[in-house]
This record gives sequence, structure tokens and C-alpha cells, in this order.
Amino acid sequence: MKKDQTLGEVLRSRKISRRGFLKFCAATASLMALPPSMIPAIARALENARRPSVIWLSFQECTGCTESLTRSHAPTVEGLIFESISLDYHHTLQAASGEAAEAAREAAMQENWGEYLLVVDGSIPAGGAGFSTIAGISNMDMLLETAAGAAAIIAVGSCAAFGGIPAAKPNPTGALSVAELLQGYADQLPDTVNATASELKSKPIINVPGCPPIPVVITGVLTHFLTFGTIPELDALSRPKVFYGNSIHDRCYRRPFYDRGQFAETFDDEGAKKGWCLYKLGCKGPTTFNACATAKWNDGTSFPIESGHPCLGCSEPDFWDAGGFYKALSTPTEDISRAAVYAVAAGAAAGVALGAANRAKKSKAAKNHQKVSIDDLEK
Amino acid sequence: MTHSFNIETDAGLTHNVQPLMHEIRHAVQALLDTGETTVIDLRSLPLAPGELEVIEATLGRGEVNAVLEAMGPSEISETVFPGVWLVRHFNADKQVMGVFVEITRMPSLLLSQNEDIADGLRQLDEKLETMF
Repeated sequence: MKKDQTLGEVLRSRKISRRGFLKFCAATASLMALPPSMIPAIARALENARRPSVIWLSFQECTGCTESLTRSHAPTVEGLIFESISLDYHHTLQAASGEAAEAAREAAMQENWGEYLLVVDGSIPAGGAGFSTIAGISNMDMLLETAAGAAAIIAVGSCAAFGGIPAAKPNPTGALSVAELLQGYADQLPDTVNATASELKSKPIINVPGCPPIPVVITGVLTHFLTFGTIPELDALSRPKVFYGNSIHDRCYRRPFYDRGQFAETFDDEGAKKGWCLYKLGCKGPTTFNACATAKWNDGTSFPIESGHPCLGCSEPDFWDAGGFYKALSTPTEDISRAAVYAVAAGAAAGVALGAANRAKKSKAAKNHQKVSIDDLEK
Repeated sequence: MTHSFNIETDAGLTHNVQPLMHEIRHAVQALLDTGETTVIDLRSLPLAPGELEVIEATLGRGEVNAVLEAMGPSEISETVFPGVWLVRHFNADKQVMGVFVEITRMPSLLLSQNEDIADGLRQLDEKLETMF
């Protein structure tokens, strides 16, 4: 695939008919929540879009974000968009390794200086360079070096956007988000960074949080960049409004039950069976902004609430430390701090300690043939 | 692809079906009066499990059913209400890529496209050269 090909030429060389392309544009408009009247404009823009060079850096992460994007079966819309970019560096997906891999990154940076897109997943340890390195380069140096020549940075996943699980209490590695790192460390640049502090601090950052983000949201941001050549309109947390403009609660099909005061009290009561609102079971939908309720998961099958489970709020900052997953939003969370202390003592993450405590309660309840209510889980 | 959930639902769950039907009614009137066409993206609405099926059942199947094979199948059907079309796009794995209600005399996707006609003309010329 030639680098100077337009997206239209790429699709055409794959024997995709004009009808197929228009269908692809209709699906793209739908995923970007644009009105169908925009479809002809999207078609014109996408047809002439040049394939951008993309450098993807993975730091303290679990690869779930890459999995989210690449697990769909071709030819999906997101698959085609992902294939149509020039992905010049990605640890997990590239064939090259070692010095050859780093040479590919440096070559892509030189050839496309000031124009490439930098995608980052994972948080960056500020507590010591040794916590996470790639080819002997600390995550912090690699991010600062690569950010210097980027047109824009897309922080994919809650770890890159907000610190995520690595930054959860007690944050043993001093994990920071991309934005925190660029703001906090641009004044202490290593010699290898070819930019000034103020240039780095003003780099546009698009946060695409979620644990993981919805695949079409990741590609939707790429598509927006391809279609309009600009970054999408962002909210106060630098999230694209087109996907994060509404709360899960606002777009939830169970919302009428909330309005009528009909709530599931346990996971197996009449309310749960009738599909009532999960607010009292700890649903974070009212305070969580994401597109799950309309874009849905697993190729549009459903989303957690549709499967009967409350929203965990994974696209919000510090969701891991925001109280119990099964604790209703307005109730106090005194148990969390205690569990966190135990976790420090045991050298484990707070969530693991909590999970273990909950599992212990569950098995005890099962032995005594009791129903596990939400109160039992949170005791 | 259909999925069933162990959750009871009723048609009035999100109260989105009735306003949608009224929106379609207004669009049909506009098509008749001024020729203005409308496209409604059904996936942009928060629909409960089963509600899309209610919409499809209400619209029903009319006289025309076309299948387009381009990057997976698309079903383009006129509903029992002439001028109201249901367009459903699937990928090669039969997963839904988009569901639209189009209020028009003929969805534009059914028309042969200029680029494809030009490609076809070139192929026809090649064929004629080798045949005769």
C-alpha cells in the first residue's frame, strides 16, 4: 500500500464499489453520531483523505485497548479505517523487534515530523524510570521524544487519559496520564527531545477513556481526523463530545424506570427480572459519560446494563477508587479506605483486596443458603 | 442476528416508538408536498431490547425488497407505507452496521453509481476487444 494513496484509492484498489463506499460512509456517519444528511460530505472528504502516519506507544497497560480495536472481524468499518492508516509503530502488532522496531519509530518521526498522529495507551510511571522501559528507553523519555513531533496525541483508554488502574491507590509507580506528564515534566526535558517546553504543553490531546474504550469510538476519532482534518470538539476532560457528550443514564433504555422510581434491589429480585433501573445496585450511569448505551459492545450486541449489570463508570477519572462498584452513588464509601490500607500491607491493589473480601462474603452466604443482597456485598 | 435476554420488556419501555412513527408521518407528508427526503438513523435512538422489532413490525414489508451485496449484504425494503424504506446494512459476518429509515421515492444506494458505471464500461470494452 503506497503512502500517498488517498483512502478512496485504497478502498477502490480493494475492489470496493461506489455503493460499498457509500454504505461505509453511512455506517461511519452513524458511528460518529452525525446526521445522515452529512453522508455525502463524509464521502467527499474521506475519498480524498491522505493516509496519516500513526505511531502507537504502549506503556503501563494490559493491551485491552488494542484487543478492543483489533478483535472485530474484517471487513468492519473500524477494521477498514484501522487498515487505511499507516501504522508505523505498535509493539504488539509490528513484526519488527528490538533495534529495528525503534529504527522504524525514528524513521516515521523524521519523515512525518509535525504531521503524524501519536496514539498512547497505558499510563506513564513518574516514580522511577525503571518501572517500565522499552528498548532501554524509559516510558517518560519515549513519550516526550515522540510527542514533540506529533500533530496531535490520542490518549486511548482510561490509563493514558487519566492514569487508570496503575494510578489507583496507592499508585506504586507514580503513574501519570499523558496530559499530566506533558504538563508536569515538559520543563525537565532530556536532550533527545526536539521541542520546547511550551510546544509540548500546547500539544492537542484527545482523551478516549474507557476500560477499554468502545472500538468504534477509537476509530471514530481517527475517522474524524481523516474526514475533517481537525480534532473533534472536546469536553472539559478533553473527551470528544460526539461520543462522551451524554451520560450513560441519559441514553439508557432503562431510564424510564428510574423516572418512575422502579429499581432492582438485588440481582435476582422481581425488579431485576423485569429489567428495572440498576441505580440502587451501584450503577454509575448518571455520572459516567460514554457511548455504550447507543454504540454498544461486541459488534453492537448489548452493553453492561442491558446484560443486567450496573455501569462501573470506567470512562471517568479514578473510577477504580470512586467507591464500591455495587454501592449506590449517594452512599458513603468508608469501607474502601480500610480495604486500601489492607492492600498496602499485603502489597496488593485495593480492588483485588475488595474483590477477595466480596468473594469471601459470597461463599459464606452460599454456605448458609442466604441470598446475597447488595448490603451484604458492601458490609 | 437476534439476541434474547432474560429480561421482560414491553413496547412502551422507552416511549421512543410512537414519536418516531409521528416523525416518519411528517416526513412522508413533506415528501408528497415538496419532494423533500428524510433519513433517520435508528441506531442513534436509545431503544430497549425488542423495540427495533416493534418498529420493523409496525412498518411491515411492502412491494419492493432488494438485496445489495457490497462489503456484506444490505437489505433495502419498501415498507407497507409507500415512500418509507427500511435500509439495513450488514458486514460480511452479518453483523449490523447501520439501520436507517429513508423517506424517499427510491433510496439513492439502489441507483447505479457513476464511478461503477465507468469501471463497468472499461471492463465491457476489454471484453469486446478479446471476444471479436
